[in-house]
Amino acid sequence: MVLELTGAEILVRALKDEGVEYVFGYPGGAVLHIYDALYRQEDVKHILVRHEQGATHAADGYARSTGRPGVVLVTSGPGATNAVTGIATAYMDSIPLVIITGQVHTWAIGSDAFQEVDAVGITRPCVKHNFLVKDVKDLATTIKKAFYIATTGRPGPVVVDVPKDVTAQVTEYAYPKKVTLRSYKPVVEGHPGQIKKAVELILSAKRPMIYSGGGVILGEASRTLTEFTRLLGCPITNTLMGLGSYPATDKQFVGMLGMHGTYEANMAMHECDVLLAIGARFDDRVVGKVELFSPGSKKIHIDIDPSSISKSVRVDVPIVGSVGNVLEEMIKLIKAAKKQPDKAALAAWWKQINQWRAKDCLRYDHKSKLIKPQAVLEKLYQLTKGDAFVTSDVGQHQMWAAQFYKFDKPRRWINSGGLGTMGFGLPAAMGVQLAHPKATVACVTGEASIMMCIQELSTCKQYGLPLKIINLNNRYMGMVRQWQEFFYKGRYSHSYMDALPDFVQLAESFGHVGMKIEKPGDVEPALKEALKLKDRLVFMDFITDQTENVYPMIEAGKGHHEMHLSPERELA
Amino acid sequence: MRHIISILMENESGALSRVAGLFSARGYNIESLTVAPTDDPSLSRMTLVTSGTDNIIEQITKQLNKLVDVVKLLDLTEGPHIEREMMLIKVKATGVAREEIKRLADIFRGHIIDVTDSSYVIELTGTGEKLDGFIQALDGKAILEVVRSGVSGIARGAKSLKV
Repeated sequence: MVLELTGAEILVRALKDEGVEYVFGYPGGAVLHIYDALYRQEDVKHILVRHEQGATHAADGYARSTGRPGVVLVTSGPGATNAVTGIATAYMDSIPLVIITGQVHTWAIGSDAFQEVDAVGITRPCVKHNFLVKDVKDLATTIKKAFYIATTGRPGPVVVDVPKDVTAQVTEYAYPKKVTLRSYKPVVEGHPGQIKKAVELILSAKRPMIYSGGGVILGEASRTLTEFTRLLGCPITNTLMGLGSYPATDKQFVGMLGMHGTYEANMAMHECDVLLAIGARFDDRVVGKVELFSPGSKKIHIDIDPSSISKSVRVDVPIVGSVGNVLEEMIKLIKAAKKQPDKAALAAWWKQINQWRAKDCLRYDHKSKLIKPQAVLEKLYQLTKGDAFVTSDVGQHQMWAAQFYKFDKPRRWINSGGLGTMGFGLPAAMGVQLAHPKATVACVTGEASIMMCIQELSTCKQYGLPLKIINLNNRYMGMVRQWQEFFYKGRYSHSYMDALPDFVQLAESFGHVGMKIEKPGDVEPALKEALKLKDRLVFMDFITDQTENVYPMIEAGKGHHEMHLSPERELA
Repeated sequence: MRHIISILMENESGALSRVAGLFSARGYNIESLTVAPTDDPSLSRMTLVTSGTDNIIEQITKQLNKLVDVVKLLDLTEGPHIEREMMLIKVKATGVAREEIKRLADIFRGHIIDVTDSSYVIELTGTGEKLDGFIQALDGKAILEVVRSGVSGIARGAKSLKV
């Protein structure tokens, strides 16, 4: 039987056939037909956010925590432009999203119609691909293509712009099982010759080092990476995006690297003789000054995106392919090889690394009369047994969370690494909580970041999302203040947060539980109490030490061996 | 170094803006760009002239390949190739200069394709240097208007850039 549906019905039906559980969105004129179609079915659940930025971040959090694509539905014009920050955030971190934007009628496009914006043009630089659907007959196939492109190869957001009249037109519905595009064929298998070369290089290393990133998580290769690393017995560091891809409590893990990475991770990067980069992209916050980066090492790079290879740092053995496949091949070759890792050299390498470790670079003042932000995160880690989903906003609190919450599993650490989007944490946590209703979801934030998407507390109330918000309130944009202290002689230009709301009352006015914690001794009881309130959102306002800085720190443009340690550490 | 990159891409609306946008967003240089549909109307062929260090050219080709609409591309400058550009040039043609310009156009194998009592339009095809040479050979004051197509290129030999 031929099924005739309107464009709006086709869209919703296609989402259902794609297996979409949640759509995060906000209605408006251009998408009213679609909202009507949503109303007349029950398979696809819609989550009404309070601002379109929240919709994209929530879908993003959903995607990061599940591995499934996040879906967003917004109206034309301001609906689309409000979504752009979230789209760019997902793009920078290679997160699969499908964003459906309403558009004015096809006959009105280009006429400066009410709520018209060139959504395809505006989003082009921050999407993997985008489409404008001009004919209802193309709609189902375009949705299929959008999901296919978003989720394969190096994932990313895909925008589908749908004019209002297209959603009213009627046509036959058949959802394609598969699409192929002659212009889009991501490479999956690595080149056998290159893999062999890489294995030979690793097995000949005296001081091997693994540096792995978000690509391992996106490629579902954490187990393979763990097996591979243990087989080699060498140190491993993770990027900010890669945390959780290798168990942080494992003895081979030397912590995060980069601008606020550990002393041992950065020194090992600097001193290694063979560096294996896996699903990481040599970001400037990781590399520092290119000329000083890991100067004595031969470099191997595995990445699914050829354009990530040799973009900023030249590598000796590039391997294009999916991280999991390539690592599996490498494991086979290592197991079959006559030559095995040089045990004596490795022992000497570990001795050196343990000396760096002994610096205890993350230590902070435990006797302070003020709440140290690090202490809050250490307690959170202990009380949740390292098993919570943790989202963060951007700034000092983000770095402390990355340093002090030890992630043993992938997809637990949800943050905006590439774009560095303040306002990400709360809406992202909503997406995570919807995907994992029983899990503890903590949003680590600061009083500046949280204000950027605070409106979503209302969404949390509507859908009963029991988030635990850890607000590390130092009355400053902490990271901005830190840079101003270091590089602008303490001229704190507009980095203070004046006229802050009373967060306890604010949370309560949204129907949640609010707590204010001002003494170090109250941190643990407050966290315990909050975690006990399983079905309530708890907003914990921790009044922390204003002067605390994130250490270690590599200044922009310096090398890994030029780290600043905290003043106490440097004296020690 | 100067490179000529030939691109086969889906003949979709917006495909050109994806390429142009990529170059402006990443700060790459475009010297010229020509585009038109091929014998297969679903495909467009673009010839793009750019310059940069080897690293930059490597990134340009990788980034172009990453565009979902790009089907195939080839850096023509990596092998033997032919490049041609077409120019339409309108010149003042009065008095003794009229005959002189005609002779010059013949030397350069140009064609006069429009004639009035005071002007010619000359069509000239060749490499960029040849077109530059013709412009220089003319009396600068005689030139009324210059239109250049930008470079089109193709590799020598039987190998072809096709789907």
